[in-house]
Amino acid sequence: MIKKIEISPDNEKFLNKVNELSGEVITLCEQCGTCSGGCPLVTEMDITPSQMMRLVQLGQKEVLDHKAIWVCASCFTCTVRCPRQIDVSKVAEALRQIILRQAVDHIDIKAIPKEEIACLPQIALVSACRKFTG
Amino acid sequence: MNPTNTKETKSTSSGNMKFPYYPGCTLKTTAKNFENSAIATARALGVELLEIPRWNCCGTVFSLAQDDLIHHVASVRNFIRVQEMNDYGLVKNENRLVTLCSMCFNTLKSTNRRMKENAEDLQKINELMYREEDYKGNVEVLHFLELLKSLGYEKIREKVTKPLKDLNIAPYYGCMILRPKEIAIDDPEDPTIQKDILEALGVSVIDTPYKKVCCGSYQTVKDKYIVAELAYDILSHARKKGAEALTTVCPLCAFNLDQRQQAVKEKHPDFEEMPVFYITQLMTIAFGMDKDVFGFEQNYVDPRPLLKSKSLIED
Repeated sequence: MIKKIEISPDNEKFLNKVNELSGEVITLCEQCGTCSGGCPLVTEMDITPSQMMRLVQLGQKEVLDHKAIWVCASCFTCTVRCPRQIDVSKVAEALRQIILRQAVDHIDIKAIPKEEIACLPQIALVSACRKFTG
Repeated sequence: MNPTNTKETKSTSSGNMKFPYYPGCTLKTTAKNFENSAIATARALGVELLEIPRWNCCGTVFSLAQDDLIHHVASVRNFIRVQEMNDYGLVKNENRLVTLCSMCFNTLKSTNRRMKENAEDLQKINELMYREEDYKGNVEVLHFLELLKSLGYEKIREKVTKPLKDLNIAPYYGCMILRPKEIAIDDPEDPTIQKDILEALGVSVIDTPYKKVCCGSYQTVKDKYIVAELAYDILSHARKKGAEALTTVCPLCAFNLDQRQQAVKEKHPDFEEMPVFYITQLMTIAFGMDKDVFGFEQNYVDPRPLLKSKSLIED
């Protein structure tokens, strides 16, 4: 099925915002798929990292609704392998930040069972709070 | 600084090289066995890890958003503490901060890099901490493995009194000491630093491509089964290649690969448990140290049956 997308000033604005937050030039992505091929968490994602990049290039805010941006574990595998030297981890972080800065958390710490909290190392809890709460 | 620690340091270590040591939160709790075995190992090699007075949490993850300067303050504050250690004479002209935890290493080194490369950011951070002296940008962040490498594998080999013969170990590196490449301590695609240390201990090292595959990191808080699937792949692949155990240097990798084996078994009933060591635990055995320093009671999968079967420990 062909999906027609018209790029509006609003789309352009969204792309620029992600460029600015991530410090990356997202239009450099040539959609080779190396990031998706090496991503250790891609099987848990609803869209691949390269699809995420494409949606941002086209300024499609729907990218923010995808689970993939939260499943990213910031492992930097894509970052070291991108032939265009784009730090894809930073792009995912920028997308998470856009949501978190609207005071919408992705995790409810209170809902985690006490026994679980007791056994988790601090680095797990602090990093989850840093990545999933605003 | 922990006063008992200082006393102990003074009484046992005259003449040892002294390094500012940043423990981080987890080394004081779930990874106490990592800290104890590393401090003992370092001491045996003539290095004293001096805990940084009044250290604070580094933030555990390096903030990747360009405009998010405030989250770098915590890391920089620890660099100021290292400057003070030099000013007060606790260490002599030693700006190398040593860390054990991979997450702390990544956060501290990435922050330091940004501060060194961006004078404007450094100035802003210094202005935010108006009650602290300025960070001058002179600290160097070193992972404990790099320190061991700089001492020389030969020196490690000389200290071995009980070679770990017939022990088949797959080293696991995780992400935070390998990526991004600007802060890596080794080749991000084919690291060998743990292999070199393990070989000096007499271990048969098993190489697996999963040595650098992410364990799922903080996803363990949100959904432990995401981590369990990755742990299953990493551990069962190592076993297929003949490994009897894994080594790591990251308390979060250790948690995900060791404790999460419980979740792995729920999903894969045929899965066989495999011990996960901190590499320094194996060093303490090979150096013939007292069993009090091994800290195996903190390992989830008990490594003692394996070690006993190889006659490496007694009980």
